[in-house]
Formats: sequence, C-alpha cells, structure tokens
Amino acid sequence: MSAAPPLLDVRDLTVEFSTRRGIVKAVRHVNIAVAKGETLGIVGESGSGKSVTSYAVMRILDRAGRIAEGSVTFTGVDVCAAGEKEMRDLRGREISMIFQNPRAALNPIRKIGHQIEDVLRQHAQAGSDDVTEKATAMLEQVRIARPQERYHAYPFELSGGMCQRVVIALALACRPQLLIADEPTTGLDVTTQQTVMDLVVELTRARGMSTILITHDWGLAAAYCDRVVVMEKGNVVETAASRTIFTAPTHAYTRKLMRATPRPGAALRDLLPEDLGAEPEPQAVGPAANGNGIGQPRGDNRAPLLVVENLVKEYPRKGTEGAFAKMFKRNDTGEAKPEVAMFRAVDGISFDVRRGESVGLVGESGCGKSTTSTMVMRLIDKSDGRILFDGHDIGTIPASKFARLAMRKRIQMVFQDPTDSLNPRFTAERAIADPILRLGEVTGRKAVRARCEALARQVGLPVELLGRFPHQLSGGQKARVGIARAIVLNPDLVILDEPTAALDVSVQAVVLNLLQGLKEQLGMSYLFVSHDLNVVRLLCDRVIVMQGGRIVEQGPTEHVLFQPEAQYTRDLLAAIPHPPVP
Amino acid sequence: MSEVATGAGDAAPASGLTATLRHARYIIGENPVTGFAFSLFTLIVIMAALGPLVAPYDPLASNTSVALKPPSAAHWFGTDQLGRDVLSRVIVATRLDFTIAVCSVALVFLMGGLAGVAAGFFGGWTDRIVSRVADTIMAFPLFVLAMGIVAALGNTVTNIVIATAIVNFPLYARVARAEANVRREAGFVQAARLSGNGEYRILLGHILPNIMPIMIVQMSLTMGYAILNAAGLSFIGLGVRPPTPEWGIMVAEGSAFMVSGEWWIAFFPGAALMVAVFCFNLLGDGLRDIVDPQRRT
Repeated sequence: MSAAPPLLDVRDLTVEFSTRRGIVKAVRHVNIAVAKGETLGIVGESGSGKSVTSYAVMRILDRAGRIAEGSVTFTGVDVCAAGEKEMRDLRGREISMIFQNPRAALNPIRKIGHQIEDVLRQHAQAGSDDVTEKATAMLEQVRIARPQERYHAYPFELSGGMCQRVVIALALACRPQLLIADEPTTGLDVTTQQTVMDLVVELTRARGMSTILITHDWGLAAAYCDRVVVMEKGNVVETAASRTIFTAPTHAYTRKLMRATPRPGAALRDLLPEDLGAEPEPQAVGPAANGNGIGQPRGDNRAPLLVVENLVKEYPRKGTEGAFAKMFKRNDTGEAKPEVAMFRAVDGISFDVRRGESVGLVGESGCGKSTTSTMVMRLIDKSDGRILFDGHDIGTIPASKFARLAMRKRIQMVFQDPTDSLNPRFTAERAIADPILRLGEVTGRKAVRARCEALARQVGLPVELLGRFPHQLSGGQKARVGIARAIVLNPDLVILDEPTAALDVSVQAVVLNLLQGLKEQLGMSYLFVSHDLNVVRLLCDRVIVMQGGRIVEQGPTEHVLFQPEAQYTRDLLAAIPHPPVP
Repeated sequence: MSEVATGAGDAAPASGLTATLRHARYIIGENPVTGFAFSLFTLIVIMAALGPLVAPYDPLASNTSVALKPPSAAHWFGTDQLGRDVLSRVIVATRLDFTIAVCSVALVFLMGGLAGVAAGFFGGWTDRIVSRVADTIMAFPLFVLAMGIVAALGNTVTNIVIATAIVNFPLYARVARAEANVRREAGFVQAARLSGNGEYRILLGHILPNIMPIMIVQMSLTMGYAILNAAGLSFIGLGVRPPTPEWGIMVAEGSAFMVSGEWWIAFFPGAALMVAVFCFNLLGDGLRDIVDPQRRT
C-alpha cells in the first residue's frame, strides 16, 4: 500500500487444530497487511477462519490450535516467536480486541469502573492516585452519560449497547495501536450498531489507530472499512479497496456473497446465485402431495384470518426502586398502584393478517414484538384484549390447554434459533413427525415416514439426512427441519420468529426463497417477526413497526419503507448500512 | 472451530449409538484410568454373576481344623475363625452387595429423578415440596438416617435398599431439578408444545431423555456410596445377618481378630469394598467425560 512497513504483517499464516479426526487446517496460507491508521475489514461466512486469524494474531488460540506455518509481525516484532510474558504486554497495550458478546466479555460481578482500572493498572498506564480519574475519563469518551455514577454500575445494569461501549473503553484505555473488532455489533439493534460503530471509528481515527473489523455484514464493511479481505473456508479469496470491491468484485465467492445480501432494489429471486447447481433446490411438489390440494388461500378471502384487538401483556415489576426500575420509568404513567407496579411489554396493539398475506412485525429488541408473537402463538396468556383466529376468540383459551386442541395445528411457528428449537436427542425425521404423531390424522409408521420424506423434499432437505441428529446437521439444514416441522400439518398461519437471524447470508437467501415458495404453494399466511428491514421488505406485503410495546406505523411494505411517516421508522431505515449497489 | 464441528458431523452420518461407542473408545484410549475402571467394573459384574461357580470353596462350609489360617496356596485370603475360606466368601458376597447397590440406585433414580425433573419443569408448588423434602433429608446425618429407617422398618435386605435410596434422594432430585430447569424454556420445549404435546409428555418424552446422560453419571457415582452404605449397615448389625457372606459383616467379624494378629479376615473384604467403591467413582468420572459434549472436540 505504502512505502512504510505495515503495522501488522501476516504472511503465509496457516493455523491447525488437532482434533480426533486428525488435523484440521482452519486457516490456510493467509496474507494480510494492515497499514497504520487503516481500517481493514475481514468478511466471510461462519467457518471461513476470520476469527481464527485474529486469534492467531493475538496468540489466544485454544489449546488444540497452533500456528503451523507463516509469520505474524507487529511493528517489527515477531509475534510467533514472542514469549508469553511479552505477549501479555502486547495484548491490551498494543493490540486490543472487542468481542461479539459484550456481556460475556465483562466480568459480571465487578463494577465497570474497576474493570477499566484493572486494565490501566495491568499495563502501568496509571498510578493509584489518578486511576479512578482516568477510568472515568474513558467512560466519558465512549459517551456514557453520567460517568461518575455509571462507574459503580455492574454489567447487568446496562443495556447491550452500553456494555459494548464499556468494552470499547476497556479496549482503548491503554491507547493501543491496533484494535481488532470481532463482530462488534452482531446482536445489537441497528440504531445502536450505528452509534457504536461511529464511536469506534471516531475514537480510532482521533488516535491514529488501525482497526481490523471482522464481520459477516457487507453493509458494515462498506460503510466503515478502507480495504476489505474476503475469506472463504480458511482462504483469502479477494483483497481490494472497499470502493472497488463493491463495484467490481472479481472472485466468484465475493459475487455470490454480495448477491445474497438483502439490499434495496433486489427481489427475492435476485439473492440466489446465478447457477443453482450446487444448492439443492426445493422441489416443486404437486398439490396432491400437500393433502390440502389448493395453492390458493383457503376459505373466505375477505375475512381476515387473524384479528388482534387492543392486545396487552403486563408483567409484574420486581422492585420499584433501583436502576432496574429506572430503566422502565417512561411507562410510569401513574395509573398503576405503587405496590403492584406493572410493566407493559405490549401496550394495546391492534392489527390483522389476511389469508395468504405476509405481515412483517418489525422493531428493536424490547419493543414487544416477540411477546406479541408468543401471545398470538398461544404459548403465553394475554393480560387484556382479543385474539380472533378465523372468527374464534382463541385468546380466552389458557395457553396450558391450547397444546392439545385441534386449533393448535392451524397456527405453527418457525423459531429463531434452529439449534435450540430442535430436541438434541430426536433425529430430523422424529422432529418432523412429532406434530403428526400428536395432532395429525396420519397413522401407521409407513405413512408417517412417507409424509416426512415428502416434507423433506419439499423443503429441500436431502432425504438421507432424515436419520441424523441436530448436531450432525448444518445451520441451514436445521432451519429446513424447523420449517418442515412447522408446515407438516398444513397450518393456516405460520409465525416466523427471525427465522434467518442465526444463518449466513447465502443460506438466508435460500431459506427466504424457500419460505416464499412454500407460501405460494400452500396458501399460508405469515407473520414475520424481524429486526431486519431489508429482509422484511423482501418477504412481506405489509409491515407493522413497533416501539416500546406500541405500533408506531403500519401499512403496505413499499409505503412504510420508502415513504415512512413515523420518525422512528425513518431512524431505523437510516441506521442500516448499505453496500453500494454494483 | 465451527469448521471442525461441521466436519465431524459430515464425516459421521452414524446413528447416535455407534457415535457414542466410538466416542467412548476415544475417551478410554485417552485416559487409561477410565479403561482400568471399566475393566474393574466388568470384573465385579462377572464376580456377581458367577460368584458361587468360581469360588474355590463353599462359602458357608466350616472346617475347624483349618480355622484362622493365614493366606496360603490353598487358601489365598486365609480362613476365618470357623475355617471358612475368606476368598470364597469375598467372591460370593459380591453378588449381594452389588445387587443391593443396583436396586437402591434404580429405586432412587425413579423416585428422585422423576421428582426432580417434575420440580424443575413445573416449578411452583411441585418444586417447593420436592425441594423441601430433599432439604429435610439432607438435614439428617445420612448414615444415622439410614440406620433409623432400617431399625424402624425391620432388618431385611429390602429395607436396606429402601433406606439407601431415601438417603440418596436429595442428590438425584437436585441434579434432575437443575437440569430440567435450564431446559424448561428451551426452544425445543416450546416447539414440542406447538406440536401438540401435553405437559407430561414433554416432561417424559422431551426433557427426561435429554438429562439421562447426567443422571447416568450420577448413578455411577452414588453406586459406590450405596455399596458402602449397605456394608456399613451390616457392619453395625443392621440388615444382612451372619452367616450370609457380606463384606460389611465379614469386616465386623474380622475386626475382633485384628488385635490378636489375624488381620486377613477383616482386611480382604475391606479391600474388596474399597476397590468396588473406587471403581465406581472412577467410572463416574469416565462416564462424565463421555457424556460431556464439551469434551467432544
């Protein structure tokens, strides 16, 4: 890049992990150079070796891993040859790291101020006289309001975004030269993501630091990086300036990833790779195989399938004093008596879902969207309001009784985490068969088996994988099992609770297309719960935007997303980083 | 790491059982102590099954002409005050002690395991009752409680089994409760509700199979304690009565001769007891490694 030697020079790096099945090369012959003051993005899907590369630079690989080949040079020092004591000095003072989950990176039983002090003391950046002052100054720099007060807070008292700010303060406390940010905003809301990333950029620029941003999000890489390295299966496939890589990607994998990223102006089909040879495409199954027979919305088209009226969910609030209660202060409207203070997670919302329609329920964490969907799902009881499903008030049936009613099979759900939602001791076939065995009319082992195989074909899951347990399946395959289980009984309404949040973009593209295809085939209605407006735009006819338990805006997707009326919707849209359209 | 995980998954489209067996072989190969514990366990099971057939003498036949003889080629473990062969008695006693331990562990697994799973899953009153019962049992010195139960119910093998089971109840209830509690809100439990499973079916069909591995480890660890408990009760004269060969009674009988120098009568049954308890504890550690997914790298 320039004549001066780079700050960090990774040459021909190969990292091996010794496992029971022999040696696995997680990173192969990787070359990465970071110049002073540069922000480098490492982009790739899970398993691409992007995190392992950064761990190797910090020499914090776990015991099974080792640097097999190559060299890592940081400001002229050979990191591979450095002793453990030298590395301890290097970590934190010269190179520091921000991790994905800020809550896990902070010690839960130590005040945040003390944690910053620990770092300062460790690297002799402050003496006992000025350490408190310096720690408070750090909190101020990461824009934590009332730093003197927050100095005494514990991590659990702070929101996710605040915790990440504290982690940034920890990482920058000793004025390192290189910051490695490993998915720093995954799990944060878009508006929080924007403020956190802006903060990182501002602070590192001001200090002339270099940054390595590890991410799977093209938008983020485009918005914040000077150069981008694309990794696939342990190899660097492309390195280019971020401006050129987005307009003229050269490698096929880069193009595939960029295609798969939901973006304005792209339709659902556009996300799939141009040639579909590799990916098993969901088979078009004739209507006869679906029992129901019609690919059109069933029943009366005009009457809405689901009507929600003034739905309310209240939780008793624990402890009316203290930091926890202060968090919800805006809900203290005075009508609740002090001894039975209630927190309204969902505060009187009304909407409907018509037959064959996809409705998106969008909002940031804590807005009540999941509580709403869980109530509609009849897994928890409502506090007030009505839930009318196909004319029946299902809200009055206790959640504990609902599981065994015939109505159960008409409302199904696809869960957010495909791993967590599959019983680890059930095979894929057993998981798909569970609803049939409990609620279905199909009897006899052969019939159930045949139905599972038909479903597997329909969702694009190879039939020979049906005998596997969840831990033997990939994330995308598990998602398919979850979808198959949800549609096995031909439900009328399927609630999709962030069904692709845990998946890589290329898998997400395929799963979204699958969901759309199934909806058209089976005439189901979707209630799509998500925080990702780009994904909602692709799949939904109408969008409902929620904030603080209330609906701030609802309407047709194009209208809400392109001419938003509520300020909150505009903020949400503005916060999404977009890769430049090629 | 995720690459490793998927690699393992792709390479092994095997059923759960063969995968577990392969993993077990790996753990035993890694840790010879576990292998040793497993072979010792096999030996104990063989002794329990074939005891009377492999014993060189009749364990009950007394022969006063050879009374109190030290270990020799004819009597490897020596003879007791009635001239009975100590080796034969130690071998034959295996079956009784082993049976008591297995039965009591099976019983406590049913009682404690189910009560604990229900407490962890349902919470509320079920949880309060089960937890307080467990606390109450824990409040007693456990061996004294077992003595009291056997003394009150009557001096039989069945009552030893029951007493040992009751004494171990809190251990099982607490482990099962904690494990069920963390899975109560898991996605697959919610999914099971959506599939139309009732609460009891979720408890028995979804939660219980998932905590079985941990319960099996717990069973192995308490097995040693159950043997010790049974032998202890017999030692103080509760439970099994002479002349039935049983390790606890043999130690009790032999202890009188320790002072006069006939150490072997008490030593060999005591050693057998120690080896058995040791074996089950090692086995528990090994099993924990086998079922612990964290170790599956």
